[in-house]
Amino acid sequence: MRFLRTLLDSQAHLFEKGGRLERLYPLWEAQDTILYTPGEVTRAAPHVRDALDMKRLMMVVVVALSGCIYMALYNTGYQVHLAIAGGAAPLDVWQTDAMRSMGLPFAPENLWACLVHGALYFVPVLAVTFAVGGFWEVLFASVRGHEVNEGFLVTGMLLPLTLPATIPLWQVALGVTFGVVIGKEIFGGTGMNVLNPALTARAFLFFAYPAQMSGDAIWIAAGTSPDGVSGATILAVASESGLAGVTGGLDPWQAFIGLMPGSMGETSALACLAGAFVLVATGIGSWRIMASVLVGTLGTALLLNTVGSVTNPYFEVTPLWHFLLGGWAFGTVYMATDPVSGPSTPTGHYFYGGLIGALVVLIRVVNPAYPEGMMLAILFMNLFAPLIDYLVVQANVRRRRARYAG
Amino acid sequence: MSTSREALIDPLFNNNPIALQVLGICSALAVTTKMDTALVMSAAVIFVLLFSNLFISMLRNQIPTSIRIIVQLVIIASLVIVVDQVLKAYLFEISKQLSVFVGLIITNCIIMGRAEAYAMQNPPGMSMIDGLGNGLGYGVILAGTAVIRELFGSGSLFSVQLLPLVSEGGWYTPNGLMVLSPGAFFIIGFFIWAIRTWKPEQVEQD
Repeated sequence: MRFLRTLLDSQAHLFEKGGRLERLYPLWEAQDTILYTPGEVTRAAPHVRDALDMKRLMMVVVVALSGCIYMALYNTGYQVHLAIAGGAAPLDVWQTDAMRSMGLPFAPENLWACLVHGALYFVPVLAVTFAVGGFWEVLFASVRGHEVNEGFLVTGMLLPLTLPATIPLWQVALGVTFGVVIGKEIFGGTGMNVLNPALTARAFLFFAYPAQMSGDAIWIAAGTSPDGVSGATILAVASESGLAGVTGGLDPWQAFIGLMPGSMGETSALACLAGAFVLVATGIGSWRIMASVLVGTLGTALLLNTVGSVTNPYFEVTPLWHFLLGGWAFGTVYMATDPVSGPSTPTGHYFYGGLIGALVVLIRVVNPAYPEGMMLAILFMNLFAPLIDYLVVQANVRRRRARYAG
Repeated sequence: MSTSREALIDPLFNNNPIALQVLGICSALAVTTKMDTALVMSAAVIFVLLFSNLFISMLRNQIPTSIRIIVQLVIIASLVIVVDQVLKAYLFEISKQLSVFVGLIITNCIIMGRAEAYAMQNPPGMSMIDGLGNGLGYGVILAGTAVIRELFGSGSLFSVQLLPLVSEGGWYTPNGLMVLSPGAFFIIGFFIWAIRTWKPEQVEQD
C-alpha cells in the first residue's frame, strides 16, 4: 500500500498547476480520493464542518440502494426463469449462452442461477452507465476546471435500476449522456440541476425509444410464453382489467417482496422500505417528502375509488396496490427525496410530496397513455420546487411582518 | 446606417432572428420534422419578408403612425394569401403537411418585427436586403434543425431513406423524441449554445 501511495505522490506534480497534464486534474483527483482519504484540511472559514460531507452522503444513498440492487439481480433472473419454466423460449442473446456454458439451470427455484442470470443483464447496463456518464463528468470537469463530483455515483446507480432488463446498451449510453449533459451539466453541474438527472435520462429513453421502454414484450428477458401469459407489468394489467386483473395474477405479499415483472430495480417495495429506513435514520432522505407522497397517493386513490368509472377499470385499484406496483416505492424513496431537484424548505416538502402523490395516481388512472406515472410526476414537480420554496419563504415573511406590524 | 452587406450577413449568425432574438419559434418547432416542409416554409417566409419589407418601406412616409400596425398587417396578410394559394396550386402535398402554419406566417414575429424595426425607417432597397437576410437567418436554423430531426427521427433526408429502419429490416432504430416538438426545442437549444460559444458577445449578462 505504501508503494501505491509513493507512486501516486511521485506522479502528482504532472497534474497540479503548471504540470504537463494539468487539464486532467479532475481525473487524477477522482482516482486519488477513491483510493485514499484526501489529506486536504479546511483552510478558510467556517472551520466547524459537518462530518457528513458530499462523499459520505452519496455513499449512504448507495448503501440504502443495496436491497434494490440485490432484488434487481435476483428478480430479473427469477422472472426469466419463471417464463422459461412456463414454456417460453430463452432469448437468443449472449446472456443465455453464458448461462448454458456455466452449466446453470434455468430454474426459478435456484437462487444462485437467478442471481447470476440477473447479473448478466444488470451489470453491463451498470457498467455502460458508469463508463459513459463518467466520461461526460470528467470532460465537463476538465473543461470547467472543477473536481469530479460524487453526485454521479448515485445517478449512475439509480438509472440502471429504473430500466428494463432487455434495454439495448447503446440506448443506455445515449440516455445517460442526455441525463448528465442536459439534465445536469448545462445547468452548472451537481447541485445546480433543476431536474433529477437519472429521471431525465429515463424520460429521454421513454420518449425516444418507446418500443424498448414500454409495452408488454420488454420486461422479461425471454420469449413470449405459449400459454398466453403476457409479460406486461401489473400496472398495464390494472389499466386493462382493473382490480380483478391485479389480484387475480398476484397476491399483495408477492408484490411487496417484488417478485413481478418491471424495471430491474423498482419492483420490490420491501427493498425500498429498507432503504427508506436507512435514509430517514441517517437524516439524508426527507421523511416529510416520503410521508406526504404516501398521503397524497392515499387520498387521491381513495377519492378515485369513491368516484368510480364505468369505462375505466383503473379507477377501482385500491391505494395499497398503488403503493406496491410499479415505481411508486422506488420513486418515493430515492427519486422524490433528491435534495437538489426538490424544494429545500421543510414546509415545502409537504406540498411537494403531496402533489407528487396526487399526480402519480392521476397520471396512472386518468391518462390512458401511461399506465405508470411516477417518473413524470416527479419530473413535473421538480419544475415546481423553486416556486414552492418561494411561496413558503414569502408566506413566512408575511407572517413575521404581520406579527411586528402596528 | 449599416451597409447592405451587413444587412444581409448579420442576421445569419450575429443577429439571428431565432437564435438570438428568439422569434418565430412556434413554426420552427412545427414544420421541421421533414426537410422538404422546412425548406418550403423557409422559402415562403423569405418571400413574404422580402416583399412586406419592400412595400412597407415604400409606403413608410405615407403610413399614419396611429394606424401603422393595421396597414402593415394588411400588406403582410395579402402576401401570405398569395403564398398560400401558390403552394396549394403547385405543391399541394407539402401545403397539406404545412397546414395552418403557412397562414400563421401573418403572426410570425420576425415579419412584424422587421417591418417595425427596419422597414419603417429605411429605404426600399436596403429593406429588401434586410428582409432577405432575416429570412435566410430563419431558414438556416430551420434547415439545420430539420436535417437533424429527419435524419435521426425517421432515418431519411428529403424522404429518401438513408438509414435503413429496424422495422423494415435495417439496423437503425429511429429516435422518437426527434419527431416530437420537444426534440426541436432541444436542437434549437443546442444551436443557440453552439452559436454563443462561437460568438461569446451574444451571451446575456445575468
